[in-house]
Amino acid sequence: MAELLIKNGSVFDPTRSINGDVMDVAIRDGRIVESAGPNAKVIDASGKTVMSGGVDIHAHVAGPKVNAGRTMRPEDKLFKSQAAAGGYRMEMGFSIPSTFRTGYDYARMGYAFVMEAAMPPLHSPHVHEEIHDTPIVDEAALPVFGNNWFVLEYLKRGEIENAAAYIAWLLKASKGYGIKVVNPGGTEAWGWGLNCLTLDDAVPYFQITPKEIVSGLIETNEALGLPHSVHIHQNDLGNPGNYRTTIDTLRLAEGVTAKNRFGREQVIHSTHLQFHAYGGDGWGNFESKAREVVDYVNGQKNVTFDLGAVTLDETTTMTADGPFEHHLNGLNHLKWTNVDVELETAAGVVPYVYSPSIRVCGIQWAIGLELALLCKDMDRCFISTDHPNAGPFTRYPRIYTWLMSRKFRDETIGSFKYSDKVVAATEIAGLDREISLYEIAQMTRSGPAKALGLKDLYGGLSPGQDGNVVIYDIDPANLPSDPSKLEAAFQRAAWFIKTGEVVVKDGEIMNHGNKRTLWVRANVPENPQVKRDIHDKFIKDYTVGLQNYEVRDYLAPNPYVIEVEMEA
Amino acid sequence: MPVTHTQVGCPYCGASCDDLEVVVSDDGKEILEVRNACAIGNEIFHHATKPGRVTRPRLRQEDGTHKEISYDEAVDYAAKVMIEAKKPLIYGFGSTNCEAMAAIGRVAEKGGAVLDNCASICHGPSFLAIFDNGYPSCTLGEVKNRADVVLFWGCNPMHAHPRHASRYSVFPRGFFTRRGHKNRFVICIDPRETDTAKISNLHLMVNQGHDYDLFNAFRTALRGHEIPEEVAGVPREQILEGVDAMKKARFISIFYGMGLCHTDGRNHNVDIAISLTRDLNAITKATIMAMRGHYNIAGPGQVWSWSYGFPYCIDLSKGSVAHMNPGDTSSIDLAMRNDCDAFFNIGTDAGAHFPIEAVKKLRKHPWITIDPNICMASEIADLHIPVAVVGVEEGGVVYRMDNVPIQFKKVIEPPEGVISDEELFNRIYMRMCELTETEPVWIHHPALDVAKAVTEE
Repeated sequence: MAELLIKNGSVFDPTRSINGDVMDVAIRDGRIVESAGPNAKVIDASGKTVMSGGVDIHAHVAGPKVNAGRTMRPEDKLFKSQAAAGGYRMEMGFSIPSTFRTGYDYARMGYAFVMEAAMPPLHSPHVHEEIHDTPIVDEAALPVFGNNWFVLEYLKRGEIENAAAYIAWLLKASKGYGIKVVNPGGTEAWGWGLNCLTLDDAVPYFQITPKEIVSGLIETNEALGLPHSVHIHQNDLGNPGNYRTTIDTLRLAEGVTAKNRFGREQVIHSTHLQFHAYGGDGWGNFESKAREVVDYVNGQKNVTFDLGAVTLDETTTMTADGPFEHHLNGLNHLKWTNVDVELETAAGVVPYVYSPSIRVCGIQWAIGLELALLCKDMDRCFISTDHPNAGPFTRYPRIYTWLMSRKFRDETIGSFKYSDKVVAATEIAGLDREISLYEIAQMTRSGPAKALGLKDLYGGLSPGQDGNVVIYDIDPANLPSDPSKLEAAFQRAAWFIKTGEVVVKDGEIMNHGNKRTLWVRANVPENPQVKRDIHDKFIKDYTVGLQNYEVRDYLAPNPYVIEVEMEA
Repeated sequence: MPVTHTQVGCPYCGASCDDLEVVVSDDGKEILEVRNACAIGNEIFHHATKPGRVTRPRLRQEDGTHKEISYDEAVDYAAKVMIEAKKPLIYGFGSTNCEAMAAIGRVAEKGGAVLDNCASICHGPSFLAIFDNGYPSCTLGEVKNRADVVLFWGCNPMHAHPRHASRYSVFPRGFFTRRGHKNRFVICIDPRETDTAKISNLHLMVNQGHDYDLFNAFRTALRGHEIPEEVAGVPREQILEGVDAMKKARFISIFYGMGLCHTDGRNHNVDIAISLTRDLNAITKATIMAMRGHYNIAGPGQVWSWSYGFPYCIDLSKGSVAHMNPGDTSSIDLAMRNDCDAFFNIGTDAGAHFPIEAVKKLRKHPWITIDPNICMASEIADLHIPVAVVGVEEGGVVYRMDNVPIQFKKVIEPPEGVISDEELFNRIYMRMCELTETEPVWIHHPALDVAKAVTEE
């Protein structure tokens, strides 16, 4: 593979505390190296911003509920799509783009990796089929465990070893990456049309509480030593006053230390925190509790979070929190799709319009940004929109811009129909902080890469790391005063080099790169009981044969398998 | 020793059973026995190794006869038809795997074709209703494990999906339904006394074409309002008995078929069925599911939704963006308007299923049938390309009626030299690239992937 030398760029690499220093980056054989030889192809990056490839810790980009959204919403394709160019596939859809568009758009923004945030294990062949059809960007998927019958039964009996053996088996069977928890217990309750809104609501029949599920899974995760921590969507999402449940859930991590060989420090990743930082006791006095939540997180080194920031778009909400989507449908009365999955989970899909003319939407927008602006440790605070729930991932550049420009925030507040009420229910108008490029690199590169246990591959520009380098046409010494110019530069990278290949130039896709699928093989001691339980449940309760459940190798071409050994 | 393959998937109906046992002779050439399958599924396996299979492409000659040609010649012919046609129509896909559906997308995009599947003449109205109203559904295991009220509306699974009732919906003993059918109250709504009606606890013999009225009565009664003495030919007491059962239910599953989406009202019938499901969820738990016909007819809806954002009727002829407008870009309408100038019939039999006028109009243009078997569409085609039987001679992912992906197996080799749909489409695509002197678009080149996987090991 050819050598590349990126010269004289202003480099932002928080893994080595490099803050805009003018320096060179060299790539050989797909990896970053100390220096390039005389024949290296030279890219001049002077006056431009250089970072490693972006890492998205949480987005719904592949799988059954994403596709249910695509099927249900032909109108989403009426938003303008880029016309297909010779040599590339068609690109369709806005909030739920086609797989091809997903890959191309991530590449245009300079992203190297995206985590599919919720994979129903029964549907894992579908998830991998879509990942397979998504070009360029590396992907992994988190299977959902918080309502899985095996997990509920093992944790109810306190059998951490069995839970670990089962989870290890399922990660291998589904080619999954880690432990995702969505509305623990509540989604199983939704099997009967019910929910668990607090940490102490017992799950019908299983008689285990969300608290026990979360604590048990944290313990199991650390016993396995997985690269990523438990990745949680707490109970009571989206409801006024839910910040107490959020903090109570995070408290379950107190005193627990991360055990793994990947340099990960957190034991819980709290996802799309915006949806969990609500005050008030109804929509009438709905308000931001971002400060309360962030104050707690600031003091807890073993917690990371992503924003789930609202982008004020027409979008498509989708989550493995089945009861929430039913509840949301009761609020907006648009169409509603639901997919309950036997023994495992239940997802819902509802279109949603975050309108600047609605007070609550304005407050939600403010909360998403406040979480970042109030945070004191940007290595633990990551940018996301919970794509497509709070907005499509293609709006990340706009979020960077809101965070970097107080002026742009004020303009947006001014455009709200009820700006006074939004200001009164939030702190956003009083926050002067403007996030720096270095902090953006922490929130989208070094931070999420470390939290995922992938810091050796992504997140920085040290020799040995993957040769993922993005060059944005932004001069750090002379940031554009017009926010739309900043956003445009982030939207379409000047260059994006993915594992040593130029995949984007001047915002246009140049080739399909060499995409990988990452998954984790956790090796645990032989466990006959779990083996028997799996066999039994497939005979009695599942409607699919065990042999046809495990994802076959050809569905995940170009795999990158991370091996983990559980200590006996 | 004969070999017994277990957990084999069945390439017949939308129930996509994957618990078959297939016994294959020592030489791997003959299927000796098929266990667990229904009569039709059984026959599909045996049929594959019976004499009379077409094993080479057949091209129609000037005198009307078919002549055997090589796969290379067939690929060349198909590629040229695809390139020369202004708006080729590619239709079918009830009976093939998702790998083929993904591969044909590449061909269709390059050829500027319209991509459509059997839903166009089947559950298309269901898609229209889903576009308007959503689809609160579940997997079939949820029905097995939880459902205590099961409603069959305008469908007759005892004949159309022979093992549906025993595997999923009526008889199985599930986790919360340990007493099997004794735990379930079954309601059948059908103008005929079908075999499904005979196994039901309550049969409402609705007047044909009046399903919408009856749904309205259900919704009205459910909300506690008065209903007339008789609605759609069904006496009030019977309707109230059904409503009462639903109100007391813990988990309701509504299954519906062509009796809803192809009688008067069509998509509106499905729409109100979905609305009834939504109403029921305010009281208890309820789900709805279309009884999809073929074992992988849910597949193209999935594959093309992730590729283009639309499940069917996908017009790619603009070359830049995809466009869907059922009634305009749907197969029958295109045919009737004479709006397409080549026809690819794949894994289905448009010759038997389309209105004769549509067939006559399509037949004016090149007609290529790609199917393992002899059928009406193969016999009237200009070119018939036989392929391996998916589920028997070729594995792959299929989507069951509840959109659960199931990885089907291959139990025997196809006849000497016969290739799979996927390989055929990839070869047609490569030939199109050669003829037009353009670079193929591969995200994962199948051959390169194998090489990489080996290196990775």
